[in-house]
Amino acid sequence: MNILAIDTSNYVMGVAVLRDGAVAGEYVTNIKKNHSIRLMPAIDQLMRETGMKPDELDRIAVAHGPGSYTGVRIGLATAKTMAWTLDIPVVGISSLEAVARQGAFFDGYVCPFFDARRGLVYTGLYDQEMNVVKEETNVLMEDWLEELAALEAPVLFVSQDLAVHQDLIVEKLGDNAVLPSAPYHFARPSIIAAVAADKEPGNLHELVPNYLRLPEAEAKWLEQQRNK
Amino acid sequence: MSNDQYLLAIETSCDETAVAIVKNERELVTNVVASQIESHKRFGGVVPEIASRHHIEQMTITLEEALEKSGLTIDDMDAIAVTEGPGLVGALLVGVNAAKSIAFAKQKPLVGVHHIAGHIYANRLEKEFEFPLLSLVVSGGHTELVLMREHGSFEIIGETRDDAAGEAYDKVARTLKLPYPGGPQIDRLAKEGEETIDFPRAWLEDGSYDFSFSGLKSAVINRLHNAKQKGEVLRDEDVAASFQASVVDVLSTKAVRAAKEYGVKQMIVAGGVAANSGLRKALQEKFEDIDTDLLIPPIHLCTDNAAMIAAAGAVAYNQGHRAGWDLNANPGLDLEAYGNRKT
Ligand SMILES: [Zn+2]
Repeated sequence: MNILAIDTSNYVMGVAVLRDGAVAGEYVTNIKKNHSIRLMPAIDQLMRETGMKPDELDRIAVAHGPGSYTGVRIGLATAKTMAWTLDIPVVGISSLEAVARQGAFFDGYVCPFFDARRGLVYTGLYDQEMNVVKEETNVLMEDWLEELAALEAPVLFVSQDLAVHQDLIVEKLGDNAVLPSAPYHFARPSIIAAVAADKEPGNLHELVPNYLRLPEAEAKWLEQQRNK
Repeated sequence: MSNDQYLLAIETSCDETAVAIVKNERELVTNVVASQIESHKRFGGVVPEIASRHHIEQMTITLEEALEKSGLTIDDMDAIAVTEGPGLVGALLVGVNAAKSIAFAKQKPLVGVHHIAGHIYANRLEKEFEFPLLSLVVSGGHTELVLMREHGSFEIIGETRDDAAGEAYDKVARTLKLPYPGGPQIDRLAKEGEETIDFPRAWLEDGSYDFSFSGLKSAVINRLHNAKQKGEVLRDEDVAASFQASVVDVLSTKAVRAAKEYGVKQMIVAGGVAANSGLRKALQEKFEDIDTDLLIPPIHLCTDNAAMIAAAGAVAYNQGHRAGWDLNANPGLDLEAYGNRKT
C-alpha cells in the first residue's frame, strides 16, 4: 500500500511516504514556523524525491489532534481534500497516540501529553501494545498525575512540553516517572503512516479534528445558559 | 476536445464555506454556499474559531456537492482558485490548504484571489466589464471606491477611515437589540419608518472620496441614550430609516461624483451591503441622469460566495498569474498590492 502521512498538529511538521508498506522517505522539522506555507512544498519535494505520483497513492494518513487548532486544521484540510480529490481513503490518527508510539518498546505505561496552558494538558495513557488505558482528555496536569501515581507502575512521559511539567511529574511519580531524551518526544510521520495502514478507514467527510475542547465563546455561552 | 475553460474556486474568508465552478470566465456553472449564520447568531457576530471549525467540517462536503451539481470532475478543471485574503486567518487557511491539495493532487495550476477583487468580479457573471469602471464596495469589513482601468488593475480612490458601512449597520442593529446579522433587519425596519431624525453626514474634506461612519454610529447611540433619559419614545423604524438615510446619502452621492469625475462607463456595486434595498434605490435614482451604467448584482452574488472568486480567478489565470505550493492565507492582503503582484 502506498501512503502519504501528514502531521502538522503541533510545532513538529512531519511528512512521510510509504511505498508498498515500506518507508520510502520521511521529512520532519521541529521549528516554530508556518505549516501552511511549508507543508505542501514539503509534500511536493518528498513525493518527487521518492518518485511517488499523487495518483499512485492508496491512502492518506493524518494526525487529527489534539494539538494546535490551526495546525490540526491545516493537516486535515490538506489530507481530507487530497484524499477526496484522488478518491482514496483518509485515516485519522490521534496526535497523542502518534507521540505515544515513540515509547512502543517501553515496559510499562506510556503517557504522551501536550501543554494546554494554565496548568492544563491534553493527554491520554497507553500500554505497551498501544491500547488505550485512559481515554484522551483535557485535564489539569496535577489531577492527571495523581491518577497516574495511583497506578504505582513505571510511566514513560513523551512530550515536547516536558520542561513545563517536569518538576511536577517527578514530584508526583518519583522513580516511576521515566523521562527519555529529546529525540523521543515527537511523533514520526512514518509511524503514523504504518498505524494508518492497519486501520479501517471511516467516512471521509466525517473525519474532523479532535480538539478535546470547546471554543472559548461556546464554553462561555453554555456557562451563561446554565446560570440563567 | 472542447475549448471550454473551467475553473473551480473556493472561498472561506468569513463564515460561508463556498465552492463554485465558472466556465469561460463568465458563465456560472455551479455556486454552492454552506452558510454558518445559525451557529453564530447566538453570539451576535461571527466567532472566528467556530467559523474555522465549520469550514473544516464542511469543506469536502461542499466540494462534492458543487461537483455533483455541475456534472463535471476535477479532471475537467483548467485551474483551481482560492481566496487568499483578506479575511479571518483561521477560516482562510482551510480554503487555501484545500485548494492547494486539489491542485497538487491533480497537478493543476493554482491561483490566489483577493476577496474584494472577487466581490467586484461577481458582476462580470452578469454583464461584461467596460473600462474604465468604478466599483463601490460595501460590506461588513469594507467601504471602498475602486477604480479599474483594465482587468486585474485596482486603484483605491476612497475608503473608510474608521468603520466599514456594514460594521456601522451591525453596531446600530445591536443597539436596537435586533438579531444578527443586523444589516437586513435595519433595511427591513427602515422601509416602515421615516427619516424623522437628522443624523450627520460625514462628507470629509472637499473632493475626498473617503468615508467615515463612526461619528454616525455614535450619533445614533447618543440619540437613543438621550431619548431614553428624557423618557422620549423613538420608533425603531424611524431610527433605522434615519440612520440608513445618512449612510445611503453619503455612499450614493460620493459614488455619483466619482463616476462623473473619472468618466467611467460602469459603476459596479459590490459586497454584502449591495443587497441593501435603500442603497439600491438611492443609487438607481442618482444614476438615472448620468451616462454611467449602474450594475448591481443579484443578492446571491452580493453576499460572500465562490462564484465571484472563480470569476476573478479565471481572469487572473488567463493573465498568467500562478500561486506556488507555498501559498498562504493573507488576512491583511492589500487590494492594490494584489493587483500589482508579479507572479
Ligand atoms: Zn465579502
